[in-house]
Amino acid sequence: MNWGSFYAVISGVNRHSTGIGRVWLSVIFVFRILVLVVAAESVWGDEKSGFTCNTQQPGCESVCYDQYFPISHIRLWALQLILVSTPALLVAMHVAHRRHIDKKILKRTGRASPKELEHIKNQKFQITGALWWTYMISIVFRIVLEVAFLYIFYLIYPDFKMVRLVKCDSFPCPNTVDCFVSRPTEKTIFTVFMLAVSGVCVLLNLAEVAYLIGRACKRCSRGSEEESQVAWISRGLSSYRQNEINQLIADHPLKSKFTVTKKSPSEKVERCSAF
Amino acid sequence: MSLLCYHTRMSWPLLYAQLFAVNRHSTSLGKVWLSVLFIFRVMVLVVAAESVWGDEQSDFTCNTLQPGCENVCYDQFFPVSHIRLWCLQLVFVSTPTLLVAMHVAYRNHSDKKRLLQGSGRSGFLSNKSQEEELETLKTRRLPIAGALWWTYACSLVFRLLFEGGFMYALYVVYDGFQMPRLVQCDQWPCPNMVDCFISRPTEKTVFTVFMATASSICIVLNMAELAYLVAKAVTRGFRNSSLSRFEPTRGTQKKERGTEVRGGGEARCWLGDDIDFSCDFWSMDLKPIIQHFRKSSFPLFFNDSFIILLPAQNPVQLFEYLQ
Repeated sequence: MNWGSFYAVISGVNRHSTGIGRVWLSVIFVFRILVLVVAAESVWGDEKSGFTCNTQQPGCESVCYDQYFPISHIRLWALQLILVSTPALLVAMHVAHRRHIDKKILKRTGRASPKELEHIKNQKFQITGALWWTYMISIVFRIVLEVAFLYIFYLIYPDFKMVRLVKCDSFPCPNTVDCFVSRPTEKTIFTVFMLAVSGVCVLLNLAEVAYLIGRACKRCSRGSEEESQVAWISRGLSSYRQNEINQLIADHPLKSKFTVTKKSPSEKVERCSAF
Repeated sequence: MSLLCYHTRMSWPLLYAQLFAVNRHSTSLGKVWLSVLFIFRVMVLVVAAESVWGDEQSDFTCNTLQPGCENVCYDQFFPVSHIRLWCLQLVFVSTPTLLVAMHVAYRNHSDKKRLLQGSGRSGFLSNKSQEEELETLKTRRLPIAGALWWTYACSLVFRLLFEGGFMYALYVVYDGFQMPRLVQCDQWPCPNMVDCFISRPTEKTVFTVFMATASSICIVLNMAELAYLVAKAVTRGFRNSSLSRFEPTRGTQKKERGTEVRGGGEARCWLGDDIDFSCDFWSMDLKPIIQHFRKSSFPLFFNDSFIILLPAQNPVQLFEYLQ
């Protein structure tokens, strides 16, 4: 159980993203998760043991550390990454739901050959219709969560720079004591780096939103000019199947009301011979 | 149990591989529950919480030089660490799903046995169709009805009990979800009352609240799933009672499991709420017959019922499928 398996889960959604979405995913993985795991955790590893106060009063160091570092940078970034990656699963759930519906339709029309089922499994959905809205909502959530975490970061640590010395006078420290933070410069460098990459991710998400809206507008304006048949052809495969089913239902409107369909004997004989 | 939690990095994938395998037979709420469990609880526990609680005993400092006082005070205020409680909670909460997995495996096993027996006695099933049947058996998705419904509902109830029980235990042992900075301890051998300081109390409070929230979300999801299952069963009950049951006549006998029927017979089937259909009686070669029936006539829709006339010349093995 590590970031690797988490990434495997998230990148499964990759097939249904736009190009910008894939870039975003790579940025998340390479510049944030990898950096977090490989570098930042060793820099912050001794944050508590290396935090020294100029006093021998037991408990003073604990209390001062808790006062100045309510939640460690590393934990904040880990939570941020987990929460920011999660909206992609909304899209994955929607796609899985669509596939399930398509499979059901296939089976009901009696065309459930293994080849068709495989095709459904590997089918790439166009980002149109309800999927467009799901995708849009997931990106909006991503942006909101990123900005929320940046804001929380700003609230807890108003300065991006890590200071070398903090002065602390909580009980049980006698008077005011000087406390020294371990590796402040290295921590500053990594903090600035992670915040910059966060900003880049927010920009990528905004660009993706703009791109999706632009594409939808183009499709709208194109669709209103062309005739309906062309628009029907250009729709996704599942819409085609949905039309097929609708047609079948329209041909036999009374069937769904039957509870008993006892056939006449002659028809039965006919069916017997068909075996 | 503690060994399982100690080797957290190695054993969680094993457990979750099992759970994801059972995932196909869950409802959609069950699948959402599994994702929430995996991402917001297991991942957060492994990635974050363990580094926060890592130094909980080594950094537990008491304002005294008396040897043994820190140990005793730590033991008094932290009988069970949060991490271990959450580990146990996750293990217990994931286990009822394995009940469902066992039930599904049992059903598959008994169906397979029946299939092999059936093909042995009536020789007209070719090898190819038998392999096909075995494959569909392995990959089919069982509808949650009948005994499987009860197993699933029981597993949900157990999940709810375990979640609630562990959350309550955490609340009682630690007097709430907040971690204080300072605790006062006067156990022997501490002289008088000493101040003891807990390491990273704020960070621990944040994570305790986070895990408690994720737990409550899981409880809500489980209750919703239970309500959905009950509603589904109730509507299915109404629907079944409105369909008249057909008693096969004309040379057929009363059907028990595995009874052979001679001279043909009729089976009444209707489409369920999934791709499967249920019949009064079920034959292993009914499926190709039904597919042929569908192709040759019209597509069947939900709640349609139809009569299948079984071939008179070849006696077939009939089994009861769904009640």
